Amino acid sequence: MNIIVVGCGKIGTTILESLVAEGHDVTAVDNRIAPLNDITNIHDVITVCGNGGDCETLEEAGVEKADLVVAATGSDEVNMLCSYLAKRMGAGNTVARIRNPEYNDGSLLPMKQHLNISMAINPDKLAAQELYHILRLPSAVKIETFSGRKFEMIEIKLKEESPLVGMPLFEMRSKFKAKFLICVVQRGEEVFIPDGSFVLRGGDKVGLTATHSEMQKLLKAVGTIKKQAKKVMILGGSRTAFYLAKRLIAAGVDVKIIDKDRETCEHLCEMLPTVTVICGDGAQQELLMEEGLAGMDAFVSLTGMDEQNILLSFFAASHQVPKVIPKVNRPELGTLALQLGLDCVVSSRNIIADLLVQHARALENSMGSSVETLYRLMDDGAEALEFKVKDDLRLVRIPLKDLQTKSQVLIAGILRGRDTIIPAGDDVILPGDRVVVITAGRRLNDLADILK
Amino acid sequence: MNYRMIFYMVGRLLQLEAALLLLPAVVCVVYGDGGLAAMLISAGVALLVGTGLTLLRRPKNHTIYAKEGFIIVALSWVALSLVGALPFVLSGEIPRFVDAFFETVSGFTTTGSSVVTDLGRMGETLGMSHGVLFWRSFTHWIGGMGVLVLMMALSPSQSGRTIHVMRAEVPGPIVGKLVPRLRDTAKILYLLYLVLTVVEVLCLLVAGMPLFDSLIHTFGTAGTGGFGMYSTSIGEYNAACQWIITVFMWLFGVNFNIYYLLLIRSFRSAFTNRELWAYFGITVAAIGAVSLNVALAGDYATVGETVRHAAFQASSIITTTGYATTDFNLWPMFAKCVLVLLMFIGASAGSTGGGLKVSRVMLVGKAVGRELKRLVHPRSVGVIRLEGKRVEEPVVQSATAYVALYFLLFGAAFLLLCLEPLFDLESNFTAVAACINNIGPGLGAVGPTGSFADYSALSKVVLSFAMLLGRLEIYPLVLALMPGTWTKR
Repeated sequence: MNIIVVGCGKIGTTILESLVAEGHDVTAVDNRIAPLNDITNIHDVITVCGNGGDCETLEEAGVEKADLVVAATGSDEVNMLCSYLAKRMGAGNTVARIRNPEYNDGSLLPMKQHLNISMAINPDKLAAQELYHILRLPSAVKIETFSGRKFEMIEIKLKEESPLVGMPLFEMRSKFKAKFLICVVQRGEEVFIPDGSFVLRGGDKVGLTATHSEMQKLLKAVGTIKKQAKKVMILGGSRTAFYLAKRLIAAGVDVKIIDKDRETCEHLCEMLPTVTVICGDGAQQELLMEEGLAGMDAFVSLTGMDEQNILLSFFAASHQVPKVIPKVNRPELGTLALQLGLDCVVSSRNIIADLLVQHARALENSMGSSVETLYRLMDDGAEALEFKVKDDLRLVRIPLKDLQTKSQVLIAGILRGRDTIIPAGDDVILPGDRVVVITAGRRLNDLADILK
Repeated sequence: MNYRMIFYMVGRLLQLEAALLLLPAVVCVVYGDGGLAAMLISAGVALLVGTGLTLLRRPKNHTIYAKEGFIIVALSWVALSLVGALPFVLSGEIPRFVDAFFETVSGFTTTGSSVVTDLGRMGETLGMSHGVLFWRSFTHWIGGMGVLVLMMALSPSQSGRTIHVMRAEVPGPIVGKLVPRLRDTAKILYLLYLVLTVVEVLCLLVAGMPLFDSLIHTFGTAGTGGFGMYSTSIGEYNAACQWIITVFMWLFGVNFNIYYLLLIRSFRSAFTNRELWAYFGITVAAIGAVSLNVALAGDYATVGETVRHAAFQASSIITTTGYATTDFNLWPMFAKCVLVLLMFIGASAGSTGGGLKVSRVMLVGKAVGRELKRLVHPRSVGVIRLEGKRVEEPVVQSATAYVALYFLLFGAAFLLLCLEPLFDLESNFTAVAACINNIGPGLGAVGPTGSFADYSALSKVVLSFAMLLGRLEIYPLVLALMPGTWTKR
């Protein structure tokens, strides 16, 4: 597809990178020449220098032939103008990054309709959502949900002493008496789709699927369960903090927010009356201790500085806070933090990039691809895709153990009506089902692609 | 420095050359006058060495930076020429390797300077078999648009960083893409190139040139090379053929981006291109000046003939092709000087021609103008614009540095050439100019009817180097020779 990405900041670049990797033809637009020069040196894209809200620039970028225009500049208004113009000038679909909370309340829907925007992305809200999911199930590093929460896949990092270590996969179901599936394993740089004889080791990052109730049971049995966070400390009063705190309060969690800026604090206080807001420098460890860091269930660092977020997360971890999560925007720093021993970082860039890749594949849907949801797992080493099953004789009504599937492909879940099936060899796929497939190193556009 | 990736790319390129050598092999079979064994052996050597290089150490890390891009281009072109020289040596048509190497470099860099002296009497083909003659001209076609660009068009998708390779190979101060994907850009360029080539062959056939001759001369025109078949070059053919070649030489000297703009029906941006008009203006002015001067000297019978020769020579020199319809060595001094000046200006950026490139000359001219203005108004602020867009300061600096380095290396090559006892100043000066600008013939002893055969081996190596410098726009080769490039970072 022809895609134009307007705005090449951190988020724009991440989006662009994932879309190029997907095989799309991408045109990058920015009003500064320096980032564009860097981009052409690294990514296979064409660049146009100009204001994204300017018709001439959009025309030069070939907007009338674009299937998708992504407006991701730092300004909401430019993004809106850009998407509106792009749509009027003939672009197929538009996605705009809109992060100002004033636009993100009840006015979002009418605005999307009036401006004809197909998708509005709010990075702060998305990051808050991801953080919320993790805090709800703190043993997980990352959680992906399919088909409206009926089916979940979580990523956990195995400790040396975990009972899962050293046992072949086929013994696990009977041992733990839970219906679950280990679908993907990351060991070092490599990503495996394991078979029954695969043996897990300590330090592996594992992707597990199970239904929500089974998941709790399983995690309890495995002994890695951490209790749901009831007391959370958030450092930095950013927009993400606001959205996260709002959701946590609604779930009955005790939230404490620390921020340096008096005005921000007062504003938060006004918006979220039940939250304890502390005005002070979070970099002062004394202050954190005074505010009871040691007794917290979770510590989330959301300041604008990646370095500070990472360092203070280590500080919190050293005081036995069970779950610490820094928000890290620069991917290289995120990887570094993981290497140094944090088990989980959150970056809104990746969430958005996933969302756009998914959106782009959904657009291709009408051109033959039938992917419903897509998540990239294990540092992009694997993908989880949700397909709706058509009446394909090669696939349906055949026990899974008899299906001749390609290597590095796994059927992780079948969603039939209100039921979720964690499949075993005797299960079959029926027309109308939704199927979740995990794959490493392959690009699937259709469910039939899993066959040899 | 990612050595593995460099060797891998060079290896792939040699494999491509092996495939390309099969085309002249087919010609050998068709005409059956020898050279087949030489072609096949050369192809075998290219395949063997190429495959060896790709298998030797498979690259794990495919990342290439600007530095690797330059080195890949420099090494590829040297390797390409070394292997490309084999058919001449093996077939015994050019027995000495230095001569064969000079001839091949001259071919790939689209220079067209030749060491072949066996010209026979007027009108007789060079004493070569059809297959070898075909390969000699085919190297022009390959080198014109660039081999690495061809490789990009053919190989499956690569990372975006491959643009460093394209930048190092495609001439001009600013290299942009036509479409988002590098591979598609390379494909479009080659497609345009191929279409123009086919059209020219058809035109020449209609004008009455035999098929083999039209192929040879089309390759020479398309790559703006200049290898022909006769000592009288294009003078051998009728006026219609001469006009056709005049026009096509000029067309191949146009930036190929213009053709793409025409293809996507973006006529306005195509015809408001400043470089195109400057290129057009310079050509017309040169034709006018040369015509007047030659007409006053009264060399030719009719006005038509005068203009035809003037247009052909001017078009041939500015596009750095180097074909001739007449011995311009005998022209009056002024006309010859105009041609020498055209040598330095060269064709448009992004074309198959050589020289400094019209857009670079425009850029440096504007920079000089700004500098002069700054002397008068020390606080004045100047922004240089080209094609209606601001040119970034690093690009301007790089263009001026390029011109400085260009004349420095020109001087060095000229000095080395002056060690020759046999040649006069005019011959040596124009020999270097013809080689570094990828033209072909110069004036004096190396004029259109002369040859480079009498130069010593050292001079031939120096000139070969000058040709590569000109084609690759200096930096890749200079960087490859700097020891600092090769030390571990």
